Formats: sequence, structure tokens, C-alpha cells
Amino acid sequence: MRIPCPFCGSRDSREFVYRGDAAPARPTDGGLGADGEPMFDYVYLRDNPIGELEEFWYHAQGCRNWLRVVRDTRSHMISAAVLGAGHATGGQA
Amino acid sequence: MRYSILELARQALSRHRGWKPAWRDAQPRDGYDIVIVGGGGHGLATAFYLASVHGLTRVAVVERGWIGGGNAGRNTTIIRSNYGLPGNEPFYEWAMKLWEGLEQTLNYNAMVSQRGVLNLCHSDAQRDAYARRGNAMRLHGVDSELLDVDGVRRLAPFLDFDNARFPVQGGLLQPRGGTARHDAVNWGYARAASDLGVDIIQNCEVTGFMTDAAGAVTGVETSRGPIRAGKVGLAVAGMTGVVAAKAGLKLPIESHALQAFVSEGLKPLIPGVITFGAGHFYVSQSDKGGLVFGGDIEGYNSYAQRGNLPVVEDVCEGGMALMPMIGRARLLRSWGGIMDMSMDGSPIIDRTPIPGLYLNAGWCYGGFKATPASGWCFAHLLATDSPHETATAFRLDRFRTGHLIDEKGVGAQPNLH
Ligand SMILES: Cc1cc2nc3c(=O)[nH]c(=O)nc-3n(C[C@H](O)[C@H](O)[C@H](O)COP(=O)(O)OP(=O)(O)OC[C@H]3O[C@@H](n4cnc5c(N)ncnc54)[C@H](O)[C@@H]3O)c2cc1C
Ligand SMILES: [Zn+2]
Repeated sequence: MRIPCPFCGSRDSREFVYRGDAAPARPTDGGLGADGEPMFDYVYLRDNPIGELEEFWYHAQGCRNWLRVVRDTRSHMISAAVLGAGHATGGQA
Repeated sequence: MRYSILELARQALSRHRGWKPAWRDAQPRDGYDIVIVGGGGHGLATAFYLASVHGLTRVAVVERGWIGGGNAGRNTTIIRSNYGLPGNEPFYEWAMKLWEGLEQTLNYNAMVSQRGVLNLCHSDAQRDAYARRGNAMRLHGVDSELLDVDGVRRLAPFLDFDNARFPVQGGLLQPRGGTARHDAVNWGYARAASDLGVDIIQNCEVTGFMTDAAGAVTGVETSRGPIRAGKVGLAVAGMTGVVAAKAGLKLPIESHALQAFVSEGLKPLIPGVITFGAGHFYVSQSDKGGLVFGGDIEGYNSYAQRGNLPVVEDVCEGGMALMPMIGRARLLRSWGGIMDMSMDGSPIIDRTPIPGLYLNAGWCYGGFKATPASGWCFAHLLATDSPHETATAFRLDRFRTGHLIDEKGVGAQPNLH
């Protein structure tokens, strides 16, 4: 599998570290809420989709940027990859 | 038909024309007391114990492909009960006890072979950790032996003991561990369950759930029409996330691919199961002579039932570091399966928040060894609505309450388990 890093170009996936699903957002209030629910959701629960997944990859042995990559979990086809602050699918960062 | 030496002789006299299919190819009925989704080892074992232990025979196993086409027929067949945590060890030991009597129970040769599982250690710290785990096992009445280098040398003289980077310093042996024939386990459970009246329905994919006004599950929608059910139990392993989502459940599970490899057939070489302690590599030799080995999961979410080259390279490097002789063997095949990786690396056998829907999942890459106990405990839960005594820790809400069973101490990172 090769990952199209916007900074370095197409690179072997071995240069990257995987962080997983980019959808869960760390709760801003320290995460406890009234019942700890937001933090529980963020740390443990996953949509685990079959098909397109937007996820974080860290280019550890390259430019050291965090990327957001959209990959199909059935075929590993990558349809988008942007630097971490953006949203590969065009949503809010 | 009971399998026996007499039956074999009788069939031989009639030129083996009288053998019957091992299980009925059932058509779906309108409804059942219990529908199990997933005809892997766990689903089939659950159905068998529902019928044989709890006397429930209005039971169906609904499988989207053919039984054993998932991980149940793709694993490296290692069975062991060498766990350290109190939530795990009694359960896996119960599985081991069931393995020990399985062939008599099922009247089927599952080729259970207790040839020993040896975990190697390569540092003082690792030896300490193994001593602790071995002691924890003994406290639960399970066999374990801490071996020094000479002890390991006697069992496996071919290891690279004086490897400059990872010298072999000893190992933890569970003599009762070993391997079983994965396909035979599935077929044996299917045959025994079918004989007791369980319907095994293949080529029938669950596409949704039927619910009543209160939201309770009352059946499944399938590619072969709706099937009503008093209770529905999910045992779909790698597809857990996809199937549970159809019921609106979001789970502490990610799906990842794991590969396995087998070499050309060789003369008897490797006595039991051996695991490398400094990298991820484990190996055993099948009765046909192939070296069966594997290593890490791919490391990123995947529903592709195959793996990529980095892990192939990593596994082979591990093998070469441990037993350089295997560099001479040619690889015959490799394949992959989809693991239901839970967030703490331990399984879930529990009710769900949805009435009528029960969950058996989160087996990661270690669910084959659990098959008999998983079926036993899931059947117990489905039949009695209370957890079996050996599976009380495998709760779905443990992630919310903080009662994780983090055997490997790597936290909420499924790709590290
Ligand atoms: C390469 C590899 C090596 C492994 N090595 C070991 C090992 O050495 N020791 C060990 O203990 N464990 C090992 N495992 C793990 C073990 O195989 C699994 O944890 C275990 O088999 C999972 O339970 P199961 O048998 O019920 O799963 P499966 O056989 O995967 O059963 C799930 C079934 O559900 C079906 N299904 C999915 N979706 C639907 C649907 N919508 N409707 C109907 N049916 C559906 C699937 O087709 C499948 O047949 C390994 C796994 C792999 C892939
Ligand atoms: Zn880069």
C-alpha cells in the first residue's frame, strides 16, 4: 500500500504510523461531562465502517506531518489525503 | 449415524457408498426460539450447547456463506489457556477442559493435539513476567512450567539461542496447550448440533433486524426472507461492527486483517507450538508437515480478507531471527481473515442494550482456542439470561465502567493488541 503524502508524494505505507479513525473528536471540556460519557465515546466507541474511512496517518519517516487519509477498508484504495488540520472530505476541522 | 470403527468396517464392505452428509442442509422456518447469526466455530458451538446442555432445539444458525468460511477456517489452530488475568484464565481453562473431551462429546475427530505451547523469553524482565504469569496459571489449577535455557534446548535444539540481539533465555511452557484441526471443529459442532435438531442455514445473510414497538429485537431480516426469533445472538467475528450497526449499536471494536502462512510439507521438525518473545512470530507444524505460522495484524482497519507485504516481511524476519533453518523452506500459501479487535484485547459475551439481542464478539486473533467455552458461555447466557461463572468479566459495559481486561497492557489501541 502506498500513501499519497501531500508534502512528500506517493510513499510506502511502512514510512507511516497509523492512528485510526479520524472521526472521534476529543471532548473539549476535559471530557468528563456529567457522566464521563463523551470521553468514553471518544476513547472506546468506533463506527468501524466497511467502505470509506477517514483516518489519521503520521508520516514518521518522512515529513512528520499528520495526514487525514480517506481509504476504502475493503480495497485500500485511497481517494484523498490532506495535511492534518484539514478535512479530506471537506467538512470542519 | 455414529462414527466408529464398526461403522467404518460396515461402510467399507459397501464400498463407502452409504455415508450420509454430516449435517442437514436446512431451509429457514418462519421462526425459532433462538437465532444465532454467524456459522463460525462460536456460532455452531453455541447452537450445540443450547441443544445439548439446555435442551433448546428450536434453534437456527444463519450463515451468509458456508460454515467455517470465516476465521474459523482461517486460523493457525493454536489452543492454550496460559492467561494471566483472573477475568480470563478460568474461561480459557474451561475451554481447554472442553477441548480435552471434545471428540468424545461430538463423536468427531477434531485432531486435538496437546503437543505443548512454548513462549520464549529473551530478557530478565520477560522471564519475570513469565514467572508471574506461570504462577497465576498455577493458582488457577492450570499447568505451566518455567524453563531455563537448557530446558528449552531439550525441546527445540534448532533455535538461534545465541542470537546477538535476542538470545533465547528460557520460556514458559504449557504442556496441555497445542493445536486442533479448525475445519473439523466446525464440522463436528455442525454435525452434532444438526443431529439434535438445530437448523444450519447456509447462504443466508442477515441484512437487518425486526423489532417491536418497544424496540426489542424480534427476528432477523435475511437474504432468504424474514425469520422470527425469541432471541438473537450475534457471533459474526470480523463483521460484528457491520451487523451491529444494522441494529443501531456502536461498539468498542475495530476490524483488522491478520495473515497466516504455511510452508511446503516437511518431515517432523517442530515439536509443539513455539512463539518468539522479542517479535511477533509463532509457529507449529501441521500433521501434513507444513509449518503453519503467523505474526502481527496489519495494523490498520481492514475488511479485506487478505494482508499486505510489510507484515509478510515482518513475520518472515521474525522467523529467521528465531529459527534460521526455516529460510530453506518454501512458502506454499498465505491468506487473511478479519479480526474483531476489541479495545482492551479481550472478548465480549453479554446482553446488549437492545432487548432480545445478545453479543459474542471481540475475539481479536485469539478466538479459536476459546471456541468450546465461548459456545458454552454464550449458550448459557442466551438460555438463562445470566452470564456463565467463567465469563462474568466479559461485559460490554466494562469500557464504560473502567473494568477493562487488558491482558497485554496496551490500553485502548486495538491495533496494538
Ligand atoms: C490468520 C488467523 C490466525 C488465527 N490464529 C488463531 C490461533 O492460532 N488461535 C486462536 O485461538 N485464534 C486464532 N485466530 C482467531 C480465531 O480464528 C477467531 O477469533 C475465531 O475464529 C472467531 O470466531 P468464529 O469462529 O465464530 O468466527 P468466524 O468463523 O469468522 O465466524 C463468523 C461468521 O459470521 C458470518 N457472517 C458475517 N456477517 C454475517 C451476516 N450478516 N449474516 C450471516 N452471517 C454472517 C461469516 O460469514 C462467518 O462465517 C486466528 C484468526 C486468523 C484470521
Ligand atoms: Zn510526508
